[in-house]
Amino acid sequence: MAATRVYLDHNATTPVLPVARAAVAEALHQVGNPSSVHRDGADARRTVDQARDRVADLVGAPASDVIFTSGGTEANNLALLGFDRPVIVSAVEHDSVMAPARLASAGFSTVPVDTQGVLDLDALESILSAHPNALLSLMLANNETGVRQPVREAAQLAHGQGALVHCDAVQGPGKVPVDMSDLGADLLTVSAHKFGGPTGVGALIVRSGLSLAPRQVGGGQEGYRRAGTPNVPGIAGFGAAARWMIESADPDVTSVARRRDRLEAACAEYGAEVVGADAPRLPNTSCLTMPGVSSETQVMAFDLDGIAVSAGAACSSGKVGPSHVLAAMGVADEVAGTAIRVSLGRDTSDAEIDRFVEAWKKLFRRKHPDLSTRLAS
Amino acid sequence: MTVQRPVYFDHQATTPLDPRARDAMRPFFEESFGNPHSAHHTLGRQAAEAVETSRRNIAALIGADPREIVFTSGATESNNLAIKGAARFVGNTRRHIVTVATEHKCVLESVRALEGEGFSTTLLPVLPNGLVDVAALAAALTDETMLVSVMGVNNEIGVIQPLEEIGQLCRARGVLFHSDCAQAAGKIPLDVDDMAIDLMSISAHKMYGPKGIGALYVRRRPRVRLEPLFSGGGQERGMRSGTLPAFLCVGFGAAAEIARQEMSDERVRLAELAEQFKVRLLAVPGASLNGDADKRWPGNLNVSFAGVDAEALLGALIDDVAAATGSACTSAAVEPSYVLNALGLDAELASSAIRLGLGRQTTSDDVEVAANAIVHAVDTLRAQAQDSAA
Repeated sequence: MAATRVYLDHNATTPVLPVARAAVAEALHQVGNPSSVHRDGADARRTVDQARDRVADLVGAPASDVIFTSGGTEANNLALLGFDRPVIVSAVEHDSVMAPARLASAGFSTVPVDTQGVLDLDALESILSAHPNALLSLMLANNETGVRQPVREAAQLAHGQGALVHCDAVQGPGKVPVDMSDLGADLLTVSAHKFGGPTGVGALIVRSGLSLAPRQVGGGQEGYRRAGTPNVPGIAGFGAAARWMIESADPDVTSVARRRDRLEAACAEYGAEVVGADAPRLPNTSCLTMPGVSSETQVMAFDLDGIAVSAGAACSSGKVGPSHVLAAMGVADEVAGTAIRVSLGRDTSDAEIDRFVEAWKKLFRRKHPDLSTRLAS
Repeated sequence: MTVQRPVYFDHQATTPLDPRARDAMRPFFEESFGNPHSAHHTLGRQAAEAVETSRRNIAALIGADPREIVFTSGATESNNLAIKGAARFVGNTRRHIVTVATEHKCVLESVRALEGEGFSTTLLPVLPNGLVDVAALAAALTDETMLVSVMGVNNEIGVIQPLEEIGQLCRARGVLFHSDCAQAAGKIPLDVDDMAIDLMSISAHKMYGPKGIGALYVRRRPRVRLEPLFSGGGQERGMRSGTLPAFLCVGFGAAAEIARQEMSDERVRLAELAEQFKVRLLAVPGASLNGDADKRWPGNLNVSFAGVDAEALLGALIDDVAAATGSACTSAAVEPSYVLNALGLDAELASSAIRLGLGRQTTSDDVEVAANAIVHAVDTLRAQAQDSAA
């Protein structure tokens, strides 16, 4: 009997929403290049403009501030390398922030996090006083642990010194509200495929008045900030997903959090420790460790049981190294090497949680026959 | 004859997605999902396998090894990555770049950006037929030259540059050769070895694939090293980070395979249609073809109608023919074409040129409809001009 698969890797990518699929399919029938003057061009341009409005609405920004990119990575690079300012990042940022930060011509500094993965605001304050004209890049929530950062507080400190603030909000939409002005961000990154849109499209939202050096130059598209023929079908799907999140998605995600909490509680009886458990977290994310069992072994065992989870960030395939996120939280390498990330979707059911918990127990018992006997007694 | 109007004659701006490519893509945005980089679980594996099949198809189209194909968001990114990436790579001690006046804007802008970083550049003129003078190119190379960038097929006038000759010249002089083949791939035979190409940019939506995806060919032997345009998760062997859009990769791969199989027949078919079109258009008094008459991609006819304003002509044709004056980049910018200017056309003749792009769905009836409409519109505009002058 082939059981249906259980997908618990929504922080890596999400199923494409039916409305987004329909929008992609429709745009694939459009012929024109949005930059062309004729009607085919105008039709494609309208598709892009409508999506721009939706994405702007999703994050509470004016449409003209939206720069469409090929995804979160490009948007983060565009932000981090777009200004001739020293860069300040938290120690737990995504690689697509960390890597360009290291290349920043005016240098970069890292702000530590506490053992729960939350930014140290005092440390930020002292780094800002040394680099008052910096660009601070702080993620809304961590992709591996789900730990949310105090973006608003950090932005207030940064702006007080004259620094700019970029927020990688890729893990936000669909899980928590994202409002650019509420956060106090000058720049914000979002990615379509993390909340039901297609892969290959994202956006950097840039507060008007900021002049940003482009990464790719050419035909002058996106207000001379990002050249190249826009990905019309991808953008259409992005807009449709944004619209769905604004108009149709249940804003109450407590049921997701409840399922996640139940999963954690059940696994805790079988050896699980939750990384960042005491911090404010995304409702859907759980970073769990299973003592003595490597992340890789767990991911493969769950996969054989028909359950998709991941060992930390799902970036370059085959890349297996200790997570810089867990290291920054002071998690020892041998413990970090036993961590997996379980990330729920809005549709994840109780039955799917049960499947995961059963698979966890099975693996734990197999690896710890003595311990599980004691636990069961 | 039943022809749906306006007839699409702007295949250089973008091509309609081939229904076969669309069918190939459908499962990857409808049913299957999964980050192709999540190597371990099954959904991710299926997506990754489909992406690799596409990579093989794209490699086969240009005679490359699949490991030499880096997926990008399109030709603009590919050109930026190739030119800036090769120039900025630590270890490149040479600091001179040669390109051509008629290259696409994203090539010229990339080169210009490097001037600001201390590179010197030579912008070669072209012959009146739009072709690069290879002897002049040879003379422009110095011991400092690190990169030559010459496109395969020009986007505005359709001329085919002598890539093989240029490639052999660069190889002999130890200079990297990049070619923007956005308009050439899938249209004319390309072989990175025969043409001694080290870096080649390709775009899916110019060859009946989807928008939002392209590729850069990066030679492995001898290895060409690039500094990435953006970095992060280290995908695409560190040259291009970011989650790959599996559905777009699949559409690109399908389009590449279709183009590889149908290329030679399609070229013959389009040459016949172009001849039919050209005979009609050049019969108009004061009409002239821009760019070499023979060394050209037949799906491009760039024609000047002396004394007729091209914008007015396109306006008059708006219900019948979707065409362009030139490059479809910033639609706001209406400037005389720098490409036609480089051929030596005066401003008036350059501003009387329209580009007619024929493609896979273009029929003889389409050509007839468009030719009639254009001939009529030119007559009408000229008569109006005479009336107002009288």
